[in-house]
Amino acid sequence: MIAYLIRRLLWALPTLLGVNLLVFALFFVVSSPDDMARAQLGAKRVTQEAIERWKADHGYDKPLFYNDNAQGSKQFTDTIFVQKSARMFLLDFGKSDLGRDINHELYARMWPSLALALPVFIVGLFVAIVAAMVLAFFRGTWLDYSGVIACVVLMSISSLFYIIAGQFIVARTWNLVPISGYEGGLDSIRFLALPVLVGVIAGLGSNVRWYRAIFLEEIGKDYVRTARAKGLSEGAVLFRHVLKNAMIPILTGTVVVIPSLFLGSLISESFFGIPGLGSFTIEAILMQDFAIVRAMVFIGALLYILGLILTDLSYTLVDPRVRLQ
Amino acid sequence: MRDFQIVVLWSDVLFAVLLAALAAGVAYAFRHEHLRRAWHTVFANRSAMAALVILLAYLLVTVLDSFHYRPALDQPDGVPQTKVQYSVEVLSLLDVALTTLRDTREKTYSAPFATHFFEKQMLEAPDGKQYRDYPRLKFGGAHLKDPAERAGDIAVRAAGGAALGGMLWLLAMLPIVRGVACSHQWTLTKAAREVLRGGTQIAWDGFAWALLFVLVLAGVLGTLSGHYHVFGTDATGNDVLYQTLKAMRVALMIGTLATLVVLPLGIGLGLAAGYYRGWVDDTIQYIYTVISSIPYVLLIAAASLMMTMLIERNGALFATAASRADAKLVALCAIIGAISWTTLCRLIRAETLKLRELDYVQAARCFGVSSLRIMLRHILPNAFHIVLITVVLDFSGLVLAEAVLSFVGVGVDPTSISFGMMINKARGELARDPLIWWSISAAFVFMVSLVLAANLFADAVREAFDPRALPSRRRLRLGAAK
Amino acid sequence: MNQAPAETVLALRELSMHIDSERGVVRALDRVSFEIRAGETFALLGESGCGKSMTALSLMRLLPPAGRVAGGEVRMGGRDLCSLTEAQMRRVRGGDLAMIFQEPGTSLNAVLTVGQQLGEVLAIHRGLKGEAARAEAVALMKQVGIPDPERRLNEYPFQFSGGMKQRVMIAMALAGKPKLLIADEPTTALDVTIQAQVLDLMATLQREQRMAMMLITHDLGVVAKMAHRIGVMYAGHLIEEAPRERFFTKPAHPYSVKLFEALPEGHRQAGKLATIPGSVPPLTTDFIGCRFAERCPHAWDRCRGEAPSWHELGEGQRVRCHLYDAIEAGRLASRSGAAEQAAKPATRSGETLLEVEQLQVHFPIKRGVFQRTVGQVKAVDGVNLSLRAGRTLALVGESGCGKTTAGKAILRLIEPTGGGARLGGADLGALDTKSLRAIRSKMQMVFQDPFGSLNPRLRVAEIIDEGMDALGIGGDVATRRERILEIMRLVGLRPEMADRYPHEFSGGQRQRIAVARALAVSPQLIVCDEPTSALDVSVQAQILNLLQELQAELGLAYLFITHNIGVVEYLAHEVAVMYLGRIVEQGSAEEVLKSPRHPYTQALLAAVPRADLSAAQANGMPPLKGDLPSPSNPPQGCHFHPRCPKAADACRQAYPERVALSSTHTVACHFAR
Repeated sequence: MIAYLIRRLLWALPTLLGVNLLVFALFFVVSSPDDMARAQLGAKRVTQEAIERWKADHGYDKPLFYNDNAQGSKQFTDTIFVQKSARMFLLDFGKSDLGRDINHELYARMWPSLALALPVFIVGLFVAIVAAMVLAFFRGTWLDYSGVIACVVLMSISSLFYIIAGQFIVARTWNLVPISGYEGGLDSIRFLALPVLVGVIAGLGSNVRWYRAIFLEEIGKDYVRTARAKGLSEGAVLFRHVLKNAMIPILTGTVVVIPSLFLGSLISESFFGIPGLGSFTIEAILMQDFAIVRAMVFIGALLYILGLILTDLSYTLVDPRVRLQ
Repeated sequence: MRDFQIVVLWSDVLFAVLLAALAAGVAYAFRHEHLRRAWHTVFANRSAMAALVILLAYLLVTVLDSFHYRPALDQPDGVPQTKVQYSVEVLSLLDVALTTLRDTREKTYSAPFATHFFEKQMLEAPDGKQYRDYPRLKFGGAHLKDPAERAGDIAVRAAGGAALGGMLWLLAMLPIVRGVACSHQWTLTKAAREVLRGGTQIAWDGFAWALLFVLVLAGVLGTLSGHYHVFGTDATGNDVLYQTLKAMRVALMIGTLATLVVLPLGIGLGLAAGYYRGWVDDTIQYIYTVISSIPYVLLIAAASLMMTMLIERNGALFATAASRADAKLVALCAIIGAISWTTLCRLIRAETLKLRELDYVQAARCFGVSSLRIMLRHILPNAFHIVLITVVLDFSGLVLAEAVLSFVGVGVDPTSISFGMMINKARGELARDPLIWWSISAAFVFMVSLVLAANLFADAVREAFDPRALPSRRRLRLGAAK
Repeated sequence: MNQAPAETVLALRELSMHIDSERGVVRALDRVSFEIRAGETFALLGESGCGKSMTALSLMRLLPPAGRVAGGEVRMGGRDLCSLTEAQMRRVRGGDLAMIFQEPGTSLNAVLTVGQQLGEVLAIHRGLKGEAARAEAVALMKQVGIPDPERRLNEYPFQFSGGMKQRVMIAMALAGKPKLLIADEPTTALDVTIQAQVLDLMATLQREQRMAMMLITHDLGVVAKMAHRIGVMYAGHLIEEAPRERFFTKPAHPYSVKLFEALPEGHRQAGKLATIPGSVPPLTTDFIGCRFAERCPHAWDRCRGEAPSWHELGEGQRVRCHLYDAIEAGRLASRSGAAEQAAKPATRSGETLLEVEQLQVHFPIKRGVFQRTVGQVKAVDGVNLSLRAGRTLALVGESGCGKTTAGKAILRLIEPTGGGARLGGADLGALDTKSLRAIRSKMQMVFQDPFGSLNPRLRVAEIIDEGMDALGIGGDVATRRERILEIMRLVGLRPEMADRYPHEFSGGQRQRIAVARALAVSPQLIVCDEPTSALDVSVQAQILNLLQELQAELGLAYLFITHNIGVVEYLAHEVAVMYLGRIVEQGSAEEVLKSPRHPYTQALLAAVPRADLSAAQANGMPPLKGDLPSPSNPPQGCHFHPRCPKAADACRQAYPERVALSSTHTVACHFAR
C-alpha cells in the first residue's frame, strides 16, 4: 500500500510536467508574447517599440528555451520556459502581468474561497446522501419517481439561474442577507449563507440521482439478500450494509475535489463579490492577465492530482480489501 | 443577375457533416436488429418522445439558421453595373423568416406586449413644451388606435394563432395515425384514439401532445410577434424573441460540434489503449491524465484566450464579422472537443479491456484475425452504446457550460447571441428598479426546456442501451466553476 | 432411516408465485405442495429455470421486486408465513428459517468483518451482545470447522477461501438455531474436493442438530449423497416426489428418467447418451397439458390436452404423469422399449498429432515502488502431453490449476514462457506471425461460456464464416455460404438459423454454433475448454454426443479441459490430471480412472458425488483437507503434500520424479512404486 502511494506520488511529477508543457505550449507557442503585449496594451495600432518595452518590463523579452546572450547555466535558466513556466514547480509564481504579487494574492484569497467551498461541499454531500437514501428506501413508489423527476429538472437549470434567483428572492425581495460582499470573521456567515445555499441546491440534482443509482445497484447485490435473509429490517440493511459499500464509489467521485476546494468557485464568487481565488481568476481572464491564468491552471492541476492521491488514501479507510493487501 | 451571394460558414459545414452522420447512423440502426430494438425501447418512453419533439423543434430553428447568404446592396441608379456589391451583413434563412422581428427595432427597453416604452422619456408636445411620459412604441402595438383595445386584440390574434397551430398539428398527425392504423389493421378513429391515449407500442401520445404544444405555441407566437414584442425588447430595442431564437443555434452548435473532435480521439485512443495495453496504454493514459487534471473551465479559458488572439492576429482572413465570429465558435467547439475526449476515451478503454478477454475475441484471435479487424468488428460494435450514451449525456452539459463560459468571458464572440450572453446582460437588468425581467425569463425558459428535453432523452437512451450504467454526474468537470 | 414419523417442520400448500414482466406474467411457481419433516433433507431437483430457487425465496418471502405470492400457503410452526406481517416475518428469517446461497463470494458483505456479520444474527435472534455474542460466535466458527476462530472473526470475507466463506455462511445460518435450513446450490461454485468437505459438514451438522434441510440442486450426485427425500421440479411445477431409495432405483416421471440417462458417467460408456430435445418452456406460457409433453418421448394427445394430476405409487412416491393413471396401464408396459441406446460410434486413432513438451507459462508478480518482478506465478510449469489424431485427451483439474492457461498456451493465445508444442510436426513456438496464421486452421478452440463466446452483434453465418474469411480458405462468398450451411447441418442446426443473432438461441444451441465455427476451417485439433460446464445435464448430453459423432466422422483430436469426472469417463481416451501447474498423473482413461495411483487423483475421484446409491454409500474415503494453495507460492517439495494423507518427509523436500507404471501410465509421486 505504501509502495503504491509512493508510486502515485512519483507519477504525479511527470503529469505535472505534462501540464506545465501544455500550458507553455498554449501561451508561448500557439500565441506569442507579442500577442499578449498587444492584447494587454489594448489599442488597435501599437508601435513595435511599445510592445518591446512591455515585454522587457514583464520579462517576456527572453528567448523561449536557450539564451545565447547569457553565461553558464543562465543560458538555460534565463529563458521564458524556466522563468515563466518551470519556476511554478517551486510554487513561485512571480509577478502577474499587471504587477500583482501572485503568491501573496493566492495566500490572501485562498481562505475566503475555502470558507465558501467547504460548507458547500460538506452540506451538499450530506444532503445529497440523505436524500438519495430516502429515495432508495422508498424505491418504486411515487416519492421515488417524483424525486427522480425533480432531480432531472434541477440538473437542467444552469447554475447561473440559481445564483440570480437566489440573489433576487432571498437577498433583494426578502432582504434576509446582503446581495453580495464579504467580511472576515463571524460576519462572514451573513455573507456566505446565501452562496452556500445556492451552491448546495445547484449541485443537488445530479448528485442525488447519482447516489441513488449507486444505492440501488448495491441493493441488488447478493450480500443484501443475505442480510435480509438474516432477518434484518430494511433500515438496518440500508444503514449497516448498503451505505458502507456504497461509500466506495461515492468516495471516488467526491474526495478528488477536496483539495480543489481551495480554488473556490468561479461563478459564485464573482456574483457574490467574495474575494476568493475564483473571482481572482475571472478578473484575470477578463483583464487578460495571463500570468495569473497560467498560475491558476498549474495550481488547479496540482490540487487535482493531490485529490487523486487522497482518493486512493480514502479507499483504505472504507475498503478493507485495499487496506489489508 | 443574382441578388445574393451564398456564404458557407465553417460551422454550417461541420453541422451538415454531423447531420449527415446522424442520418447515416439512423440508416445503420434501422438495418441492425439489436439497435432497432434498443431504439424501439427509447421511443416507447413517453417523456423521451415528448423530449424528441422539443429537440426537433430546436433542430429545425438551427437548420434554418445555418443557411447563410449576403444580400446584394442596392445599386444607385445610373451607375453601370459592373460589379455587384454585397452587404457585409450575413443573413440566414431564419433571418428572412423573422424579417419582421429584425426590422422592428425600438429604441430601448419595452415589456412583453407593451405598447409603450418601459421608462419615461423626455417628449416634446406639439406646442413645444417638454414633458416626461411613456412614449408609444414605434412597432409594438402600433396598429392599435387605442392601447386599451390591446387585451382584446391579443386574445383574438392568439386564438387565431392557436387555431393555425392546431390545424398544422392535425395535418402532421394524419400520416402518423394512418401509419398506425395500417400496421395494426385498425380503423382511423380507433388508431387516433389509441395514439392519443398511449395505446401504441411507440409512445405516440407523448409525441402528439408535445407536438400540439409546440405547434400551438409557434402559431400564437407567430401571429402575435408581427404586431407586438412578445418577449419585450432589450436595452437597445432588439426583440427578445428574435434573440432567443438566434441563441438556439449557438447552443446546439456548442452541444454538438465538439462531438466531431471527441469521437475520433475518444474512440481511437480508447480502443488502442484497451486493446494493445502496455506502453500504448501508458502513453494514452498519461495524455488524458494530463488533460483531465487541469480544471475544465480554466483550460478552456486559457485555450480560447490564446485562440482568440490567434484569430485577431489573422483578422484579415475573415471577410465579415460573421465569419470571424463563426471561426471563434468553431475554435471554441474544437477546444472543448480536444479537452473532453478524455471521458469517452477512459470509458472505451475500460470496456475494451473487458471485451478483449471475452471468448469471442479469443476465438477471433484463434483464427489469426488482425488486431484492427478485431477492434472494428468485435470490440467497437459491442462498446458503441457507450459512445452513444456519452454523446447524448454530454450534450446537455455542454449547453450549460456555454452559459458559464460566456459569463467568464471566454465563450462565443460578443457579436453572436447566445443564452450565456443573455444571462450575462440580465445581471445588470435585475439590479434595476423597476425590474427588467423578460430577457432573463425568456433565456431561462428556452434554455431549461432544451436542457431538460436533452436530459430526458439521454436518460431514455441510457436506459435502453445500457440499463446497468449509472447516470452520469455531469461528466464535464467544471473544476473551479460551480 | 427407521425413525418414527417426525413432526412436519414446514409445509407448502398449493403455493404459487408470479412475477410481472414485460413479456407477461411469469408463473415462477405454480401450485407447489410438499412437506419437510424434522431431521430430514428434502432435495429439490431440476434444471435451471425450473423454479427451484424461486421456491426458496418464496418461503423466505425474499421475492424479486416484481414478484408476488399469488396463492397458497406456507405453514410453519402452526402459522401461515404468507400471512405474517413483514415485522413478524423478520423474526422468522434467520431464526426458524435460515438460508445459504450459491455464491459465497458475493453473498457476504465485503466491508464488514465476519464477526460483525455473525454478530448481527446473534443480536437479532438470540439477544446476545458483547462477550456472550463473541463466545457464541467462536463456538459457531469451531462448529463449522474454521480453524483459529478467535482471530478469524476479526477478518474480512476476502481473507477467506471460497470453501471457508461457505462455512461462514453456514455458521451465520446456524446462529439463529434454525428449524429448517434452506441451501440453494450451496456447493455449485466450489471445487470438487471443497464441495466434498462442505457437504460432509452439512450432513454432520444436520445429524447433530436434527435440523430439517431443504437442498436445492441440479446435481444428482449431491442428491444421492445428501437427500432423504427428493422433489423434482419442472417449469415451476413439482412433478415427482419420492424417497431416496425409490427415486434412485425406480424414477417414475419420464423427465426424472431422462435426467439419469443423460448423465455421462462411466456406466454409459458403451452408448450414446440419452438427451432431452428442446429446452424448458418459458414460464409465461399458459400451460394446458403436461409441461413436459413437448420434450417427452412418451407423450400422446392426452398429455397435450390435459394436465396430469398426482398418482400415488406407494412408499411415499408420487408422480404427475398420465402414464401412471390406471386407465393408461398398457402404455406403461410398452415404455421399456424407449430406453434403447444407439451404440457409441467407434473412433479410429491415427498418428501423433499434438506433442507438448515442457510447456511453461509464468506470469510475473510485480511489487514495490518500481514494480520490480519479485516472483512468478507458475500457472503452467513444465507440462508434457501427447495426443493422437482421432483421440480425446482430458486435462483434468480443479480451478486455478492452470489447465485453461495450458490449453491457450498450446494454441499460442497466450505466449508460453518456455517449452512448446508441435502440431503435426510443426513447432508452434517457432512460427512467425504469418506461418502461425496459416497453421491456425489446423487447431481451434471451443470455449466454456456459451454466452461470452459468440459476438452478439454478428449473425450466425457471419460467426461461422469468420475463420474462413480471415484465413482465406473456402473460396468465394457463395461456396463459403454452401459450406456454412453444410456445417450447420453437421452440428444439428437448421439452415434457416443462419441469419439469426446469437441471443435467439439457447445455451446448447449456442455451443453448437461455437463448435460449427471451429469446424468451419477443418481443424485437426480442437481444444475444448469446459464446453459443457455451463449447460444443464440434458443439454450437456447433446453436446457430448455431438462431439463424439464429429470425432468418429472427421477423425478430430480433442484436448478436453474439464473438472467434470463424469464427462471424462464418458469421452476421454487418455487422462492427464493437473495440480498447481504440473501434471501429477497421466495415462489411459482406464488406468487413471480405475486404478489411480496419485493420492490427489484418488481423492479427486472419491470426492465426486455419484448419482448412484451404492457408490454414495461405499465411498468411505474422507474428503481432502485444506484448500488449493496459491500457484504464486506453491508448497515446497511435492505441491500436494500439505493436503496429502500419505505425506512423508521426502514429500516435503523434493518434487517427486515421474514414474512410469506402464507404457502409458505415469505418476509423479514418491509412493508410486
